[in-house]
Amino acid sequence: MLPASTHNLPSSNEPRILYCRCAFAQTIPDDVKQRVLEGLSESDQPFEAVADLCEMAARRDPHLIELAKGNRPLKIAACWPRAVKGLFHLGDAPLPESGVEIINMRTLSAEEVLAAIAAPMPHIHPTQSAEAKQ
Amino acid sequence: MIAHRPGPLRVVVYEGAGSLPLEASMRTSLFAALLDRGYAVTRAGPASADQVEGATLVVLGRFAGVPPEVTAKSGDRVEVCDVTGKSCDEAVELVERVRGETPMNRPGGVPADTWKPWFPVIDPVRCTNCMQCLSFCLFDVYGVSVDHTIRVENPSNCKVNCPACSRVCPEVAIMFPKYHAGPIDGAPVSETDVGREKMKVDISALLGGDIYARLRERSADAKTRFSRERSSDAALAERRRCLTKMADAAAIPREVLDALPSAEEIQRRSAEAAKRAQEAFAAFQEASLRNSPSAP
Repeated sequence: MLPASTHNLPSSNEPRILYCRCAFAQTIPDDVKQRVLEGLSESDQPFEAVADLCEMAARRDPHLIELAKGNRPLKIAACWPRAVKGLFHLGDAPLPESGVEIINMRTLSAEEVLAAIAAPMPHIHPTQSAEAKQ
Repeated sequence: MIAHRPGPLRVVVYEGAGSLPLEASMRTSLFAALLDRGYAVTRAGPASADQVEGATLVVLGRFAGVPPEVTAKSGDRVEVCDVTGKSCDEAVELVERVRGETPMNRPGGVPADTWKPWFPVIDPVRCTNCMQCLSFCLFDVYGVSVDHTIRVENPSNCKVNCPACSRVCPEVAIMFPKYHAGPIDGAPVSETDVGREKMKVDISALLGGDIYARLRERSADAKTRFSRERSSDAALAERRRCLTKMADAAAIPREVLDALPSAEEIQRRSAEAAKRAQEAFAAFQEASLRNSPSAP
């Protein structure tokens, strides 16, 4: 275990952030995923980034289970919410019914994605998703 | 089987106590470079430093020559790399050195490492476990889980760019996230989509039970014509013409159809797949009845 950070301690309700690079295919527009990564890098927030959720699901990476569980809410900047839920399910790591927000970088602009990441999770309801915003 | 290679290591960019933060531009470049090489990267807060059992963790940070003490769980390997004064490329090189010769999936890497994650993803909310996909697929992509539900068993058996099984799913429950259009890419399913997909199933039935049954017939026709005309060019042309028609009907790339085995082998696999699907569907029905609230 690493020593505790002094400047970026997450509070117990602060959502974890997961960013998918979709590196194995060009389904997410390059400029969107790059600007979202820049926005995350410029912020003070800790975040997880993976090369490609599809690739991880295909090899049932145990890291998916670690990402799906956890006591804090989770915001996932990736693809269509239906696909993301299916990928976690395929990876034997079904996402919990509540406390997860999936933000679709395939259809939203980088600004919209970053705003959704920064916004507080309004309420913990069955898997919230940015799908509703489209 | 490329798809089942384990992830060789995870990278943590650590900027907490005992380390100086990176500039935002350096952080972005480092994340982008590592992700584009296939690594998972964490910008560390203390809660995110736990690691997967048996994994190798590479901790990058500007420790000014005094790396932090890191306690690894038994069986785990933790490598701490000081990137003070190093460029993005040099930091990536450190990670690559820790990985060594351990193979990993690479996005757009050298040909042997290149793999497009193309496989069906089942929407568990829509799927009714009718097992049509299990019956349809000749490449053993699908299997049945211990609770008798459909499961994508061998994703790497799937034929890249072929979304044909999603076309035979009556519930539009099969997605290919790397596909270019909805609802196959995972976009929300509309009532129109459901109607359209059902129509495609009917078209498939009209073609002769299923697309592969039609293929068998066409192959047989082509074979007869070949022996009659003794012209390999004519036979090939006929096969191409038929395959193009079928490829259009079910959005199957022609390379996939061209790569299919002999008609006899297709027949054998079809029968096997149909039998498995029937057994799985019967077991699922039985389990559902047993678990229903009205069961005795």
